[in-house]
Amino acid sequence: MIIEIGHYALVLALATALILSIVPVLGARRHDSAMMDVATIGSVTMFSLVAFSFGVLTYAHVVSDFSVQNVWENSHSLVPLIYKYSGVWGNHEGSMMLWLLILTLFSAVVAVFGRNLPETLKANVLAVQGWISVAFTLFILLTSNPFLRLDPAPAEGRDLNPVLQDVGLAIHPPLLYLGYVGFSVCFSFAVAALLEGRIDAAWARWVRPWTLAAWTFLTLGIAMGSYWAYYELGWGGWWFWDPVENASFMPWLAGTALLHSALVMEKREALKIWTVLLAILTFSLSLMGTFLVRSGVLTSVHAFASDPSRGIFILCILLIFIGGALSLFAFRAPRLSAGGLFAPISREGALVVNNLILTVACGTVLTGTLYPLLLETLTGDKISVGPPFFNMTFGLLMAPLIVIVPFGPLLAWKRGDLLGALQRLYVVAGLAFVAALIFFYIEHGGPVLSVLGLAAGLFLVLGAVADLWYRAGIGKVSGSVAWRRLTGLPRSAFGTALAHAGLGITVLGIVAVTTFQTEHVIEMKPGQTVDAGGYSLNFDGMQPGRGPNYTEDRGHFTVRRAGVAVADTWSAKRLYTARQMPTTEAGILTFGLSQLYVSLGDATKDGGIVVRIWWKPFILCIWGGALIMAFGGFVSLSDRRLRVGAPRRKAKPATPAMEPAE
Amino acid sequence: MTRKQKRLAVIAGGMGFIAAAVLLVMFAFSQSVAYFYMPADLAKTPVAPETRIRLGGLVGEGSVVRDTGSTVEFSVTDGSTNAVKVRYTGILPDLFREGQGVVTEGMFTPGTNVFVADTVLAKHDETYMPKDVADRLKAQGLWKEGQGQQGSGQEAKATP
Repeated sequence: MIIEIGHYALVLALATALILSIVPVLGARRHDSAMMDVATIGSVTMFSLVAFSFGVLTYAHVVSDFSVQNVWENSHSLVPLIYKYSGVWGNHEGSMMLWLLILTLFSAVVAVFGRNLPETLKANVLAVQGWISVAFTLFILLTSNPFLRLDPAPAEGRDLNPVLQDVGLAIHPPLLYLGYVGFSVCFSFAVAALLEGRIDAAWARWVRPWTLAAWTFLTLGIAMGSYWAYYELGWGGWWFWDPVENASFMPWLAGTALLHSALVMEKREALKIWTVLLAILTFSLSLMGTFLVRSGVLTSVHAFASDPSRGIFILCILLIFIGGALSLFAFRAPRLSAGGLFAPISREGALVVNNLILTVACGTVLTGTLYPLLLETLTGDKISVGPPFFNMTFGLLMAPLIVIVPFGPLLAWKRGDLLGALQRLYVVAGLAFVAALIFFYIEHGGPVLSVLGLAAGLFLVLGAVADLWYRAGIGKVSGSVAWRRLTGLPRSAFGTALAHAGLGITVLGIVAVTTFQTEHVIEMKPGQTVDAGGYSLNFDGMQPGRGPNYTEDRGHFTVRRAGVAVADTWSAKRLYTARQMPTTEAGILTFGLSQLYVSLGDATKDGGIVVRIWWKPFILCIWGGALIMAFGGFVSLSDRRLRVGAPRRKAKPATPAMEPAE
Repeated sequence: MTRKQKRLAVIAGGMGFIAAAVLLVMFAFSQSVAYFYMPADLAKTPVAPETRIRLGGLVGEGSVVRDTGSTVEFSVTDGSTNAVKVRYTGILPDLFREGQGVVTEGMFTPGTNVFVADTVLAKHDETYMPKDVADRLKAQGLWKEGQGQQGSGQEAKATP
């Protein structure tokens, strides 16, 4: 019964979304407050209904109600409790429910916290959110209903995919969706602005916190997904340039560009039209990612549900929203007043270069991802575009960006002093280069070019420090004054510095791992020893083991350094009994920021086993840097001017803008 | 420089960057794209050695031979008489099995007809059939319905 109520709640949510899609827009046209108020109430109601529906689905999974087809297909009574919760979104239907839940959550948050938005803008934004909700609720109800019953109810479920039985599933999809779907708010703001035909710096201010929040979550989500794939798949790779990964990475690139262009718009009233376009494109890329992943048109190493009828439905959603928004843009953009011009050498000039590089790099990823699809449709040839393509194009295009990032914050708005910035940064660059040389000397064995990569990463980190250093005037003024200046800096300045430093640390990690990692694939017998990364790894032997829903053969390894045992690990091959599905559980040992990664292969005839051992120097920097970037996002989000909110448009000069002098 | 010239310079710079990106993409495509073949295609039109391709099909029954160490040899077939011998050094994916679909990537060594693979893909789903392979087997009428359908609702990574 409860299942049917959950289903019904979803139908009611659809009805609410329909009302939400129409009434506030009409209200905004007629300046009818009562009609516009429907937006707030409607959004909160819609969220409550979807949340209830989602709760019912969760309940069905937790109590293992196998009369529900979705539970039967993706759960088992023996699955540990935490995976019963996370298993809710470990399948297509549940995953779309999570998508919708987060979409409506964002609507509700905008409705509740958007009190200082102009009435008409708020009504329009929430209505556009309503349109997206209608599309996805319909999609779930018509093609991916999680509430379908089975009669008679089976006694046992078919188990959750073993690869998903991991805490990664509990964390990664919600974070990723918070980012992915969060950009819907920026999209809605852009469309609402186009509907009103009016856009100004205040608009950029209202959009900024949402962009920042979505970007922060997306950063965390991608990093988490990458780490999960790294330890769970047992291949030792952390990024495969797989279509599914690209699908989440493209909105991140576009979102990063949006974050920076909104800054220019907020401060200088320039780049207005471009920012609106970017907001539309960012969410379009999110939608396209959903399509690519859900329709299964591209072959991915991360398997996912594919069903052509669903694919076509999402394709229609995609075409309607992207096509509609872009047509609206084409009609209305010329009417928006263009922004001011500015000098090429200035903060805004640097941000334009940032936007240019990020969008072009995003374009190459898009080309590489979609080209196989296009070629197959046109000529029938099947091709695969792999990491070499992306490394060559994306890597080369992003390299200049890394070099110019530290210059941006040092240039002033309007008219920057490049020479001054150069003078400030050449010490930093020198330090970075020397540090890279020392690093190279200690690690030795990599290609000489890696010095440049390491120097670039260090340049970013030190450049971020230098930015704060110069702003506080350390060394020029007395210590107490410098401290006061430093603590007086707006939080967004620290956010910027943290995010840029985090990027540098990620770059360092990537360069270190790709150039200094070592890999051994060898056959080992108990008692044998292998050297990797200055450690020696002794294979002690295999033994059988069993967990709640699997059996395993696990190998024990002892790690010694200079003859002293420092750590030990298990690496296993598991067989999940319900599905008869084998998985590899890698043994991972962390030493500082580096890791030793041991994964088992097949047993050989003479009693040995094939073992794959990687030494991954500084690999934790890759995800650590992403965490720092996200932390920078949160710090920036806590900035006073975002909390206080922008002053009302056309309000009497009541409160002076809470703008820190920069 | 006048204002107009400045603006032109900025636009030219941007266009130059985009043009460079386009050239780079085209160059990268010509270098690193791998075409997909099945054994029957190779019987019709052989591929020059040292050209990077993807080879897909079914792992031949009884064809897997483990060498000493971690080198494995197996044949990739497409249900007909065509078979290509593949050599791979490394750890095979968990779901690699005889009679199951597989996609390998690599190149032929000159002078032999052994395909040396550096990548072997098999998916996380036990009933999985790589899409490229499944499409072709369907076209050839070798597809057994239900083979890849059952359990299609699985995800190995719940990315959206």
